[in-house]
Amino acid sequence: MFKTIARQIGQYWRATLICPLMVMLEAVIDVLIPYVTASLIDKGINAGDMPAAYRYGAVMLCMAVVSLTLGIIAGRLSAYAGTGFAANLRSAMFANVQRFAFGDIDKYSTAGLVTRMTTDVTNLQNAFQMLLRGTVRAPFTLLSSIVMCFVISPDLSLVFVTATVILAVFLYFIITRVGRLFTGVFKQYDRVNTVVKENVTGVREVKAFTREDHERDKFNDAAGGLHDLYVKAEALMAGTHPVMNMVVYGCIIAISWWGAHFVVAGTLTTGQLTSLFTYVMSILMSLMMVSMVFVQLTQSAASAERVAQVINEVPDILNPTRADAVIPDGSIDFDRVSFAYKGGSGEYALHDIDLHIAAGQTVGLIGGTGSGKSSLINLISRLYDVTRGAVRVGGKDVRTLDLTALRDAVAVVLQQNTLFTGTVLDNLRWGDEHATLDQCREACRLACADEFIKQMPDGYDSPLEQGGANLSGGQRQRLCIARALLKKPRVLILDDSTSALDNDTDARVRRNLATAMPGVTKVIISQRVSSLRDCDSIIVLDNGRLAGFGTHESLLDTCDVYRDINDLQGNPAGAPPTPS
Amino acid sequence: MKPIFAPKTTASPPLSEGAGGSQSRAPLWRLLRVIWSNYRFSLMTVAACIVVTSLTTLASTLFTRSLIDDYIAPLTAATTPDYSPLAHTLGLLAAVLLIGVVCSYAHSRLMINVSQGTMLRLRTSLFDHMQQLPVSYFDSNAHGKVMSTYTNDIDSLRQMIGSSLPQTLNSLITITATLVSMLALSLPLTVVSVVMALVMAWTTTTLGKRSRAHFKTQQEKLAEVNGFIEEIIGGQRVVKVFNHERQAAEQFERLNEQLRASTYDANRIANIVMPVNGNLGHLTYVLIAVMGAWLILDGHIDLSLGTLVAFLTLNKSFARPIANVSQQINSVLNASVGAERVFSLMDEPAEVDDGDVTLVNAVETADGFLMPTPLPTGLWAWQVPAEGKDGKPRFVKVDGGVELRDVDFGYVPGKTVLHDIDINAMPDWKIAFVGGTGAGKTTVTNLINRFYEIQHGSITIDGIPVSRIRKHSLRRALGMVLQQTHLFTGSVLDNIRYGRLDATDQDCIEAAKLVGADGFIRRLSDGYHTVLTDDGGNLSHGERQLLAIARAAVADPPVLILDEATSSIDTRTERFVQRGMDTLMKGRTTFVIAHRLSTVRGADCIIVLDHGRIAEQGTHTELLARRGLYYNLASPHPLLKEGEPQ
Repeated sequence: MFKTIARQIGQYWRATLICPLMVMLEAVIDVLIPYVTASLIDKGINAGDMPAAYRYGAVMLCMAVVSLTLGIIAGRLSAYAGTGFAANLRSAMFANVQRFAFGDIDKYSTAGLVTRMTTDVTNLQNAFQMLLRGTVRAPFTLLSSIVMCFVISPDLSLVFVTATVILAVFLYFIITRVGRLFTGVFKQYDRVNTVVKENVTGVREVKAFTREDHERDKFNDAAGGLHDLYVKAEALMAGTHPVMNMVVYGCIIAISWWGAHFVVAGTLTTGQLTSLFTYVMSILMSLMMVSMVFVQLTQSAASAERVAQVINEVPDILNPTRADAVIPDGSIDFDRVSFAYKGGSGEYALHDIDLHIAAGQTVGLIGGTGSGKSSLINLISRLYDVTRGAVRVGGKDVRTLDLTALRDAVAVVLQQNTLFTGTVLDNLRWGDEHATLDQCREACRLACADEFIKQMPDGYDSPLEQGGANLSGGQRQRLCIARALLKKPRVLILDDSTSALDNDTDARVRRNLATAMPGVTKVIISQRVSSLRDCDSIIVLDNGRLAGFGTHESLLDTCDVYRDINDLQGNPAGAPPTPS
Repeated sequence: MKPIFAPKTTASPPLSEGAGGSQSRAPLWRLLRVIWSNYRFSLMTVAACIVVTSLTTLASTLFTRSLIDDYIAPLTAATTPDYSPLAHTLGLLAAVLLIGVVCSYAHSRLMINVSQGTMLRLRTSLFDHMQQLPVSYFDSNAHGKVMSTYTNDIDSLRQMIGSSLPQTLNSLITITATLVSMLALSLPLTVVSVVMALVMAWTTTTLGKRSRAHFKTQQEKLAEVNGFIEEIIGGQRVVKVFNHERQAAEQFERLNEQLRASTYDANRIANIVMPVNGNLGHLTYVLIAVMGAWLILDGHIDLSLGTLVAFLTLNKSFARPIANVSQQINSVLNASVGAERVFSLMDEPAEVDDGDVTLVNAVETADGFLMPTPLPTGLWAWQVPAEGKDGKPRFVKVDGGVELRDVDFGYVPGKTVLHDIDINAMPDWKIAFVGGTGAGKTTVTNLINRFYEIQHGSITIDGIPVSRIRKHSLRRALGMVLQQTHLFTGSVLDNIRYGRLDATDQDCIEAAKLVGADGFIRRLSDGYHTVLTDDGGNLSHGERQLLAIARAAVADPPVLILDEATSSIDTRTERFVQRGMDTLMKGRTTFVIAHRLSTVRGADCIIVLDHGRIAEQGTHTELLARRGLYYNLASPHPLLKEGEPQ
């Protein structure tokens, strides 16, 4: 974990090394300044020697200027390194999330990933800056003060040794506990984020069911849990201060007592005793600092672990090492494919599917809810890997193909399609980032999206809200189809992507696709027999098994499931296909 | 705009009052007022503890000074040293220090309560307020940005409340005490000190102002990054199928770099404050030493050199707290920006909800009158407050007759999308909306439950204008199954129970059976107890719709709105669903939006919408006979041709 995180310092390593150096130099000057002020008073003012006073004053000013410069440089460097480090952490996480397979995304929730990339990173950034500026100074002062104490009186310094041991034990005890609490704290952050996210995205449901009170309870529970855990963790951390104070005050009293004895016995001068007190105070100060840094570090250790987990996650599906990027045509073969979702009930979503689709064909796919239609098409572009058997595109096993090449060749309009914040054109160019306006228009014309885009206030430059909230369901679906067409794929898969279109528009879209893209293999999932009857062949799925594969007419003869669906939709058996 | 708060959800006074009264006030002051009004006692105790702690620290410093002169010197002089006075004083000192330790722990422990408590309070008030915002707010604000307010912005307050606040208090006490002592020693030198302190304050505020602008950008960028992550990861499936990973990463890089740059700028400037102030302190020291010595030696002022030395020591303890305070500048600036963003969400105008008509359970008395009852009776009534002087509320039975008259509506003022909508839905009728995509079907249903407010015309339920009905009551009476289904984190059972919280497990299972969802639910890994996360991630659209219908069935509302409720359900499943739906629709007014004629044809009234206007309305046979728009819309479907030979 530490290595993963440390690696993200990356190009900021110079600043990371130089910053503590600056702080150290600044600390040296801070230690020296009291000597100069002492001289200024003793040799200048008390002696009534003005030239000496000027001289020491000038020296002190020079030191202040140097210290100021060092301080500003250190501040700049720590800001530079700290923010850069944070940016690197976010980048690394985001980049790896982009490699995630569908299965991996299911494992972390969206809200969880958001917390990790913001709250957790902010924690690490603060801890890092603190580490750069605070850690060097405090132990430095602490060590030098302790050394000075040993020089003055080894006997009395035993008091410090005892104190240090007590403190170390105590700190260890607190740190282990605080660490555990903070792991819980960040989990609770995920919960708060989840509730807020669900209320923001599902605001219509909440309002329609008047569940405001229920949601409030849920939120109060999550926020309250966060509060309780945080208070517990901070209270434990606050406990370090009184203990530390008591130990240091104990030292003062012990030194006063034994110091008095030593002075009386003549083994210690009164001057030495006074400076011992000064050192005790500076030990107290730096201990405070050290403990603060420690606490901050334990707090961020929990964050570090969560961040490292995302960076180190090995995706379920990786690009093959010697990937084949050539996909000769759009034929699709399923060789005795069985498939079960990982982490699911272990039940097969698809059983022993054997299918062969020639390039350029239009294939329909029909079947009940939960019959495995979406699972089947997800295997084609290798969004999931088969459990048994093999899926081939262009005659090649998808597991040997380059993922980018495969997904460029297979365009899927998902059932859960998403549009993104940006203009209509921005969204279309997901299909092809170099598409010209004319190409986009043409794709939209084919998908029958042109007609409503033209009516939008700024046409193709009209802004879309998150998820395309300002469009109707049917408009969203047509835009998603146009986006997929722009990829100029070899295989086009429409996963129930015209369900919100009226029959007329649906028919027009299908007709356009058939005439404009003759060489492209088209797989169309639909609930409506009327949408599929013109297909070259139709796949019928039933409970994850292949129930039939053939033309509309042959299926009516051979496939009970298909005939049943057809009858239910009120289609007269054997009626001629609708003119198109 | 005057915000309206439902009395029940009114937050602590300064939070809500701030919305109207102190909008212009700096967010930091508003935050401090919130803290003060909630934690007056704690804060005063903290202040007292800080005073005691400072005094005990002072006591220990004084003691170490007197130790040598008052105790050790006499001891060395004595022939038989008597340690008992020393032991006595040390015991006393230990007691004083112990009090100090207790007070210092008490103050930090109390401040934890104050900071975490304030954050909790802000989070919950924010959530309360957010729930009262109109639907349009959520349409036009990126979801991740809103989420950012709850975490990143509120988190930015923690350090400021928890440590900067007491630190500043502590420093103020020290500064006042030293200032008094300094004045007692020498007025002219004090003036120099104070002038220098003002210079420090000036640099701090100047630098602070500059860096605050950057902190503001930082929080904005952070929200943007948050929004981007939420949106892209939410749509990661689409990113995958479009090979859009590289572009997404590049876009993220850009935002990430902007965030880094603004954080760097903010911290770079804020980090200057401490060294500048610390070294200004050194400058003051030299200035006073040299100036003081010169004044004394030249006889301009009447002061002893010893007093000057004492003054210099005091000046040191005057400058230190100022430097300490400036060390807190980052957290204070960050908090002031965070508070501003929190308050700006809290000041968003809430949905108007000033209706006085409520929905109650009722029983019918023997003489035919309606009486309210707390028990669920299945009989609902509108409670209309008394208009006259007699003070008795009126009860109107909920029949579910909905009437829209001359309704015009536009999402943006001046851009009307619905024109002259007149619909009269009699109780228990099934009203179907048909029309091309974008004709305004969903919009009409969103007006009935007041997700949006109409600009012209009137909508009534059982003769009562919907604007007079409390939104809670109105929406309780209207069940909805929406086009885009959202599920919540929790078990399948929890999600069905969302319709009615007091439904038993058995009720939920019955509802699932009724709508034909039972089969697929039982096939899930834990059946009804399967936990759904991330909006029901692994369920298909059809399955999610089935759950949404079951949810509405459990709610058992007098009026039901089904917006494409079965669009993704296959026909064979729909056969079961349809039977359930028929049972569901029986005895209640139902508005249906659908493309399938099988769903539409049985409706009592079909409303054909075209570009925001009602083109035709009537029953299936009436409309077919007209051979108008409906006929054209329906004709590609073989179903219609059955009864209507061409």
